[in-house]
Amino acid sequence: MEIIYTDNNATTKVADEVIEEMLPYLREFYGNPSSMYTFGDQVDKKIRQARQRVANLINADPDEIIFTSCGTESDNSAIHAAINAFPEKKHLITSNVEHPAIKNLFTYLEKKKGYEVTFVPVDKKGRLNTEILYDSMSENTALISLMWANNETGVIFPIEEVVQKANEKGILLHTDAVQAAGKIPIDVKKVGVDMLSLSGHKIHAPKGIGVLYVKKGFKFSPFFVGGHQESGRRGGTENTVSIIGLGRACELAGENIGLVNTQVRELRDYLESQLLEKIPGTSVNGEITNRLPNTLSIGFDAVEGESILLLLDREGICASSGSACTSGSLDPSHVLMAMEVPFKSAHGTIRFSLSHYNTREEMDKIVKAMAPIIEKLREMSPFWKDGKMI
Amino acid sequence: MWDYTDKVKEHFLKPRNVGELKDANAIGETGSLNCGDALKLFLKVNENERIIEVSFMTFGCASAVASSSALTEIIKGMTLDEAAKITNDDISDYLGGLPKAKMHCSVMGQSALKKAIANFRGVQILAKPGNMVCECFDVTDLEIIDAVKANGLETTDDVTDYLKAGGGCGQCLERIEEVLESVKAKG
Repeated sequence: MEIIYTDNNATTKVADEVIEEMLPYLREFYGNPSSMYTFGDQVDKKIRQARQRVANLINADPDEIIFTSCGTESDNSAIHAAINAFPEKKHLITSNVEHPAIKNLFTYLEKKKGYEVTFVPVDKKGRLNTEILYDSMSENTALISLMWANNETGVIFPIEEVVQKANEKGILLHTDAVQAAGKIPIDVKKVGVDMLSLSGHKIHAPKGIGVLYVKKGFKFSPFFVGGHQESGRRGGTENTVSIIGLGRACELAGENIGLVNTQVRELRDYLESQLLEKIPGTSVNGEITNRLPNTLSIGFDAVEGESILLLLDREGICASSGSACTSGSLDPSHVLMAMEVPFKSAHGTIRFSLSHYNTREEMDKIVKAMAPIIEKLREMSPFWKDGKMI
Repeated sequence: MWDYTDKVKEHFLKPRNVGELKDANAIGETGSLNCGDALKLFLKVNENERIIEVSFMTFGCASAVASSSALTEIIKGMTLDEAAKITNDDISDYLGGLPKAKMHCSVMGQSALKKAIANFRGVQILAKPGNMVCECFDVTDLEIIDAVKANGLETTDDVTDYLKAGGGCGQCLERIEEVLESVKAKG
């Protein structure tokens, strides 16, 4: 069965160009980039090229790029460095719709390490309540960490505006840009964030490689203490092959960003309008005019997400649901709860996240599959009768 | 992907006895939209208290649908006395087992059946003994103690998997922990 892959906010296909770039360094050039001889040094040169390519994507300098193992490590390293830089400041700010890498770390710091954490709420459209954010900033604030774009809804936070306010008060700002990278332009020089996290596997590089951008001048303390790698900012032998792949992926992401904002956006909008038109009792979550061009979070009244996903799976369609349902806890995701999405559609929320590999034919197949799936589940649902919620 | 048995998948994809039973004379409802799963069970019971027809409507995940479907197949043709003895384990066994995190789906089936039988007999289900722990899912400390002892549950997650207690707002998780500790202390 042919797979229709629309879960690109979870992970992406590794681009063929990326695999080609990596293969020689997997097969032949296995030297350690720290070695003195040419066989190692040629790998070091390739890593330098990759570092430059990553820097180009976000308009950073190459020595502001630290390679890590994943987005979560980048996030943890950033928070760790910030609280080490300002040990006397005991207040942290984030939002209540962050990725678990931030959310659970901040909760840990709050519960176990005596930090006061402000979890800034969002409104029903997923927009950040900047009033509460700005009011909570104080001299005691060590760090503000906010995602650039939300993984579930694609809603984009006003990072540039927040950075300005944070700068006025001399507060560090870290942003988790894992979902934003490659989908909207990122210019760290223009925006002025202090630290920024990226993840390779969200932009068609392999899993297991991440980036932390650290602005020049910030006194960064390493999270992984070890050798001299990454200029002493992240110990451990470099994941050479993945770093090289990520370099190529960043180059491609820069080239394709236009495509993502035209072709992919059109596909997303087409899928959205078709689903809304063909299936009654359907609603889109998040601020429609200010979200990532590839993301669609859409709720179907009176049905449950896992059932939808399993039926989609039979058609070879890959997507995500908005409800956890991974344990007895059947709560919708913390993001949908924070947005106060009504239960009637939150439990039946599906996230389709596209890439430039998707086609219009695939969107038509999804729509064709979805309509009978929702109908079948609603026939079974005690909350649906005669074409509406009861 | 959930590790469902073929029987669970089969009952999810082709559920038996779906829909409203127009001339049902006993109905049992459990769960709610907010909880994330709900089951409405319809029975037609004859003068000898035998279940001659049964149907269900379920909102929920694959195992909730499969558990409901299995329940209807199990109890069809039983007398109410026989049906009253059906437990969540019978439902789970019929399906070749459920993932631990989905055991509450079978509990939901048992609960709806109990309510339908009470509905037919015109019996009010009395307030449960013990102290309420989980308001979201109506679970008392005595029920938790029973489940912990019967199934060897060790963590709050285990309790949530079996009873859903703590799986809603999460405010009672500390209280569940205390109940677990008390069972451990008493042995």
